[in-house]
Amino acid sequence: MKGKVFKFGDNVDTDLIIPARYLNTSDPDELAKHCMEDADPDWVKKKNTGDFIVGGENFGCGSSREHAPIAIKAAGVSAVIAKSFARIFYRNAINIGLPILESPEAAEEIKENDEIEVNLKKGEIKNLSNGKTYKSYPFPEFMQNIIDSGGLINYLRQKQHNPQPQ
Amino acid sequence: MGKTIAEKILSNHSGKDAHAGDIVIANLDFMIGQDGTSGVAIDSFKKMSAKKVFDPSKIAIIIDHSSPSPNEGVSAIHKKIREFSKEQGIKLYDIGCGVCHQITPEQGHVAPGDLVIGADSHTCTYGAINVFSTGIGSTDLAAGMISGKLWFKVPETIKVIFNGKLPKGVYSKDLILNLIGKIGSDGATYAALEIGGQAIDDMSVDARFTLSNMAIECGAKAGLMNADKKVTDWVNKHLPAGRQGSKKKPNPISADKDAIYIKTIEIDVSAMEPQIAKPHTVDNVCNVSEVAGTPIQQGYIGTCTNGRLEDFEIAAKILKGKKISKDCRLIIAPASKEIMLEMIKTGIYQSLIESGAVAVTPGCGPCVGTHNGVPSDGENIISTANRNFLGRMGNRNSFIYLASPATVAASMIEGKIADPRE
Repeated sequence: MKGKVFKFGDNVDTDLIIPARYLNTSDPDELAKHCMEDADPDWVKKKNTGDFIVGGENFGCGSSREHAPIAIKAAGVSAVIAKSFARIFYRNAINIGLPILESPEAAEEIKENDEIEVNLKKGEIKNLSNGKTYKSYPFPEFMQNIIDSGGLINYLRQKQHNPQPQ
Repeated sequence: MGKTIAEKILSNHSGKDAHAGDIVIANLDFMIGQDGTSGVAIDSFKKMSAKKVFDPSKIAIIIDHSSPSPNEGVSAIHKKIREFSKEQGIKLYDIGCGVCHQITPEQGHVAPGDLVIGADSHTCTYGAINVFSTGIGSTDLAAGMISGKLWFKVPETIKVIFNGKLPKGVYSKDLILNLIGKIGSDGATYAALEIGGQAIDDMSVDARFTLSNMAIECGAKAGLMNADKKVTDWVNKHLPAGRQGSKKKPNPISADKDAIYIKTIEIDVSAMEPQIAKPHTVDNVCNVSEVAGTPIQQGYIGTCTNGRLEDFEIAAKILKGKKISKDCRLIIAPASKEIMLEMIKTGIYQSLIESGAVAVTPGCGPCVGTHNGVPSDGENIISTANRNFLGRMGNRNSFIYLASPATVAASMIEGKIADPRE
């Protein structure tokens, strides 16, 4: 996946990602219309499908609303890269199949509008604007399986069809 | 090797000898959803092709975030929740019952030693009564409702000790704000807190809930405390309502003497000032003296953090016989119907209304920005809630200060941030 970078700072909370006033729907496309609205009201007009969000420390802190990763995914964001993620957001992103990569170095050095390429399988982030490559922290195997299935719903469905011994 | 409270509770529920860093699949004692998150959980439940929840007696849904409904979209979600609860035989706490994190312990659904999840980040509140409870998302709630189990990474634990006696005008809210200011909003990410010390031993269970409630505001997975006599008395009073027919007994858990902590933080409270979290992050904390005099247009006393009887007693005492400033308005929302009834019985409700407060439905009130008091551009709000994020109360051009009920009440009289000790 290739795309342009939109940078956000530290502590991007779930109220910034999707304000509670829009939790009157669970329709991903409706949520996508208001994605990042309180952080940057014009972001939805500026982004293109396939672009990336790069955050600082503690990305996704705050509420447990799964609408936050749902909105980002439905907005067409390829992946979120951050120095660190808040715990509930991290888990929700994996559960709904939004790719996230933790890489303090990449999140620090990559700039707004840089063109980057991400290889999820290898956990590799390449900055096409200057050729520099970064490695993200690998996921535990258990989580990687959920990610590979495209989220927890698909993962459980696949397990139902191909039961594994406990 | 000794174990922390978190390691013991997760071991007990997974049948494994679990230590920090291990991933376990654990049996859940109880789980909750609210109207902001349950709609998506019900969708996920159906997408997983599930027909029946594993055990309806271990699930509750609480309509509290937008209650009563402010618009058609929310009404449709409420309807979906009501139909799902009826079809599955799940306990539903409908509009006006209160905030999920007051209802769940108050109605006796959780007890010391339990493992509990909730599709709301402040589920960590029940740590005050020795419950390992943590916030998760809607899809995890759906998985829990289907299987009665969930996977957990066993967290490392940070020990927090509040030494000394609380000075006059300083409350549990000030202690937790002080801690978050010290360690930052990600100071305990992925870790559990074990909170104790003389100041905690001395305070009521209601006051302790305030501390555990805000564990998430420094990223913690749980905010655990020991079950002392105050806790067991509190639980014995509330448990019968929620556990009718259940043989399960409370199982208080304390840490081993040689348990391993990644960090120990000691805070002496005896000289602490009332604390304020300034806009727009919870860790932007200062002494009240630093911001005293800041004009305020709206006050709010309530929420799962500070909407309990004791909180309103403190506020009413300060406001008794006084009027709130004509330059500001005060909104109050009891955290539950039970609390509202107690307030009426004790005269606190009338007293606060006479001082000029506006009471809204027991529930989340204006905290989360869906209704009940969205501020205007440029306005300053002082609130007893747990979050002051930009836009949290529904307007990204307003400014939220967090404080104790005493500080909010004192500020209402002056129309400016004020020190409750004066």
